[in-house]
Amino acid sequence: MSEALSRGGDYGDIYLEHTAREFLTLEEGILKHAGRNILEGAGIRVISGEKTGYAYADGFDMAEIGAAARTAGVIAARGDSADGRIPGGSPPRGHDLYPLNRPVVEEDLAAKILLLESADRAARALDSRIAESRIVLLSEIRHVAIFNSNGALVEDTRPLSVFQVSCIAEENGDRQIGIKGGGGRSGMEFFDSMPPEHFAREAAAQALRLLEAREAPAGPMTVVLGPGWPGILLHEAVGHGLEADFNRKGLSAFSGRIGQRVASELCSVVDDGTLPGRRGSLNVDDEGCPTGRTLLIEKGILRGYMQDVLSSRLTRAPVTGNGRRESYAFIPMPRMTNTFMLPGPHDPEEIIRSVSKGLYAANFGGGQVDITSGNFVFSASEAYLIEGGRLTAPVRGATLVGSGPEILNKVSMVGNQLLLDDGVGTCGKDGQSVPVGVGTPALRVDEMTVGGTAPS
Amino acid sequence: MTDQARTKIEELAGGVVRMAVAAGASEAEVLVRIGSAFSATVRAGAVERLLQAGFRKLGLRIFAKSRSALSATSDFSPGTLSDLVARTLEMARAAGEDPAIGLPGGECYSNPDPALHLSFPGAASMPPESRIDLARRCEAAALTFDPQITNSEGGSFENSSIHNVYANSLGVLKAYEKSLCSLSATALAEQDGRKQRDYWQARALDACGLPPPEMVGREAARRTLRRLGASRLTTREVPVVFDPLAAASLLGHIAEAVSGTALVRQASFLLNRIGHRIASPLVTIIDDGLLPQGLGSRQFDSEGLPSRTTTVVREGVLENYLLDSYAARRLGMSPTANSDREPDGAPSSGPSNFYLRPGDLTPGEIIASVRQGLYVTELLGFGVNIVSANYSQGAAGLWIENGRLGPPVEEITIAGNLREMLLNITAVGDDLQPLAEIFAPTILISRMTVSGSQP
Repeated sequence: MSEALSRGGDYGDIYLEHTAREFLTLEEGILKHAGRNILEGAGIRVISGEKTGYAYADGFDMAEIGAAARTAGVIAARGDSADGRIPGGSPPRGHDLYPLNRPVVEEDLAAKILLLESADRAARALDSRIAESRIVLLSEIRHVAIFNSNGALVEDTRPLSVFQVSCIAEENGDRQIGIKGGGGRSGMEFFDSMPPEHFAREAAAQALRLLEAREAPAGPMTVVLGPGWPGILLHEAVGHGLEADFNRKGLSAFSGRIGQRVASELCSVVDDGTLPGRRGSLNVDDEGCPTGRTLLIEKGILRGYMQDVLSSRLTRAPVTGNGRRESYAFIPMPRMTNTFMLPGPHDPEEIIRSVSKGLYAANFGGGQVDITSGNFVFSASEAYLIEGGRLTAPVRGATLVGSGPEILNKVSMVGNQLLLDDGVGTCGKDGQSVPVGVGTPALRVDEMTVGGTAPS
Repeated sequence: MTDQARTKIEELAGGVVRMAVAAGASEAEVLVRIGSAFSATVRAGAVERLLQAGFRKLGLRIFAKSRSALSATSDFSPGTLSDLVARTLEMARAAGEDPAIGLPGGECYSNPDPALHLSFPGAASMPPESRIDLARRCEAAALTFDPQITNSEGGSFENSSIHNVYANSLGVLKAYEKSLCSLSATALAEQDGRKQRDYWQARALDACGLPPPEMVGREAARRTLRRLGASRLTTREVPVVFDPLAAASLLGHIAEAVSGTALVRQASFLLNRIGHRIASPLVTIIDDGLLPQGLGSRQFDSEGLPSRTTTVVREGVLENYLLDSYAARRLGMSPTANSDREPDGAPSSGPSNFYLRPGDLTPGEIIASVRQGLYVTELLGFGVNIVSANYSQGAAGLWIENGRLGPPVEEITIAGNLREMLLNITAVGDDLQPLAEIFAPTILISRMTVSGSQP
C-alpha cells in the first residue's frame, strides 16, 4: 500500500483473491468434462480525484505485486485533483449470509456425479421425445481479502454453485431446447430442498412444450409477467440505469431524476444484497463495505442509486455496498446484487383474468439494455397467449422490447406474492460478469412490443 | 518477453507434461498463456483510468485412456503443479469412458506450422503518455464533431501481448506470440430530452495498422448522431439490410451452428447438412486461421494443430464444419484446427477468422434496391436459438424509403428463422473489412418480420 500511494492519491485498496472452481458436465449419460481451476492474484487500485489507476498480477509473487502497486500509483502523479481522502475508519462489520459447512466444490466427486446422473435419468424418463440431456454443475469457493488505505482489512469466504439441466426434444425433425437451473451461495444442503430431478423435469417439460408451441405474435400488446425470473425485466429496464457511475457521468436515461416519478404508484423496487444464501448476496462487497438493502423506487418515485466508493464520494452520497468486480483482474464498479419488485395488491389469477388478448411470459432467457436510450430487450423461453382471460397456446420465439423509463409507468397490476429466481443469473457490464439475483411478483404491463413472426 | 523467459515457460510446459505421464497419465497436454496488457481511458479530456496487467495461466488436460479431466492454475510453483497433476489424474479416472476422447493423432502434427507474423512490438514500446494521447485524440474528435454531441463515455487505447505455448505427450512443443491493440470511443448525443449513444472501435495486431484516432472518434460521433430523433414503427414484413456489424452478428450465429461443440450435442440446426444447400448462392463463408494480420489468426489451435483455411459454405452449399479432434472423431471427419479452448475452459471448437466473402454491389446500391425496408445497425438481446433456428432480436437502425436511408427507428424487433434468412440473402456488399474475428459485408435479406411499438 505504501508503494501504491508513494506518489500521492486520495485512496488505495488491495484486493487479494484465491478461488477454487470446479466444473462437471454430464452428456450422453456420462461425465464428459471434469475440471478444476485454481485462480489467484492481486489487484491494486489508487484513486486520485476522478481518476483510477489499476494494476493486477496473477499469482502472489511479492515482487510482481510491488511492481503492480507502483504502476497503479502512477495515476496520482498525474497532477491536479485530490479533493481530500476518502473518509477513514473501519467499515461496519459485514453479514454472515452463507453457510460454509458443506461447500459443493469440496464435496466428494462421486456424490456430485450421482446428482448429475439422477438428473439425467429423470429427464430421459419423462418422455421418449427427449433426445439429449446435458447437466452442468459449477461450484466455487472464493476467499477474498480487501485492505484499504484507511487501514481497514476485511475478509470474506464465498461459496457459490449452480446446477443446470438442458434438454433437447425432437419430433418430426423439429428440435427444441429447454433449460432449467438453480443454485446460490449454499452448500450440498441446497439439493435437499431442490433435488436434481426437479430441474431435469422442468427442463424436459419446457423443451416438450416448445415442440407444441406456435410462432409468437408480433406487435404491441398487453403482457403479463409471471413471478420470479421475469424480474430480469426490472434488472434490464431500470436496474442498470440506476447504477451510480452511469448517473454521475450523465450517461443514463435516469440521470438527474431522483425524486421524480419513473413508475406507476404500484411499483417499489429494491436492491438487497443481504438475503441469506442467495446468488446475488454478499457479506461485504468487493470494496469491503457491508451490503445493504437500497430502496431504488418507492411507489413510483425514484429514490436512490446503487453506489461504489468512487461514485459515493464524488456525488457525496452514502455507500450502499454495491461496489463489485468479477475478480482481482477488474476495477470495481456499482453493480446490482438481488434486485426485485415488492409485492402489490393483486391476486395473480385476477391479473391474467383481466386480459382479453395478450401474452403471458412465464420465463425468460437473457436480456440486454442500452442504458443511455433506455431501450431494452429480452427473450421469453416460456410464454403463452392469453385469450379471454385464460392462458391458451404456448408460443415460441417471443422477444420483448421496450423503453426502461416508460415501461414501469405502464404497470397497472402487481401480484401479491413475490418470487425470487432460482439462482442462475449472471450480469455483464463493461466486460465483467458477476452473479446476481432477480425477482418479481406477477405484473401486468398494459403495452409492450412483442417481436414474433405471426400476425397478432 | 525475453528469450530467457520464453525458454523457461516452454520448459515448464514440457515439464508438466512429463510429470503427468510419470504419474500414470496415458496422454497429457499443457496450454500456457502468459502476457501483459495496458489500457488508458480518457473522459472529458482527462485521464479517467489506467490499467496495467500481468497475466498467466497454465491449463492441463490429462487422459487416462478414454477418460479425461482438465485443470488450470495461475500459480506455477512446483508444489502446486505436482498437486494439480495428481488431482487431475484422479478426476480423469472418475470421468466417463468415451472412445472419442484423446489427443489428435500424431499424423495431424506432421505439417509444419505456418510462418505468420503476429507479434508487433510497436504499441508496447510506445511511452504510456503517447498511448494516453491516442485515447485523448480519439475522444476529442468525437466530442468536437458536432454540437449535438453532449457527452462521452470516453476514448480508450488498449494493447496486449500474449505468449502461447503448447506441449503434449506426443513430443509436440511449440509457441508463438501475438500482439493486439485497439482504439475506441463512445459518444452521446441529446435531442428533445432523449439521449442516444453509439461507439466505434478499431483493432489491429500492429499499432501501425490502426486508423488515426480522429477517424475512430468521428465514426463514433457519426453513428450516434444518426440515432437522434428515432421514431417507432408499425409491425410489417419488409426487406432488411444488415450493416457490416449487424451482418457479423448474424454470421456469429452461423459460426456457432457449424462448431463441433454444438454438433456433437446435436444442438444445431445445421446438423447432418453437409453437402446441402443451406444459403443463397451468393453466400460463401470462410474460416481462415492464416489471414495476414487477422485478429483471429494463429500459428496453431488450442490442440497445437497448424492453422489452415477452411471453406465452410461455398456458394450456398455447406461444405465443412469447424472441428476440434474430439468433434472430428465423433462425426467421422478430420479436425480443422478449430479447437479454441482457453487454458481454464472446457474443450470446444470455434472460428479463427470467420467471414462472408464480399459480393460486387456497393452498400449504396443495395440500399437503393429497397423501396421500403429496414437498415439495421445494432442488434440486441439473446433471441437466437441455434437448435430450432428461431431468430428474434431487438434492433435499431434507419428506415429505408424509396432506396434512401431515412429517419432512425428504435424499439423494434426483427424476427425470422435462420434457415430461411440464409436462403433469402439476395445481395452481398463489396464492403468487407476485418473489424473483428468474425466479419461480414453489408447484406440484404429479402423478407423479415419487423415488429414495432406503433399500434
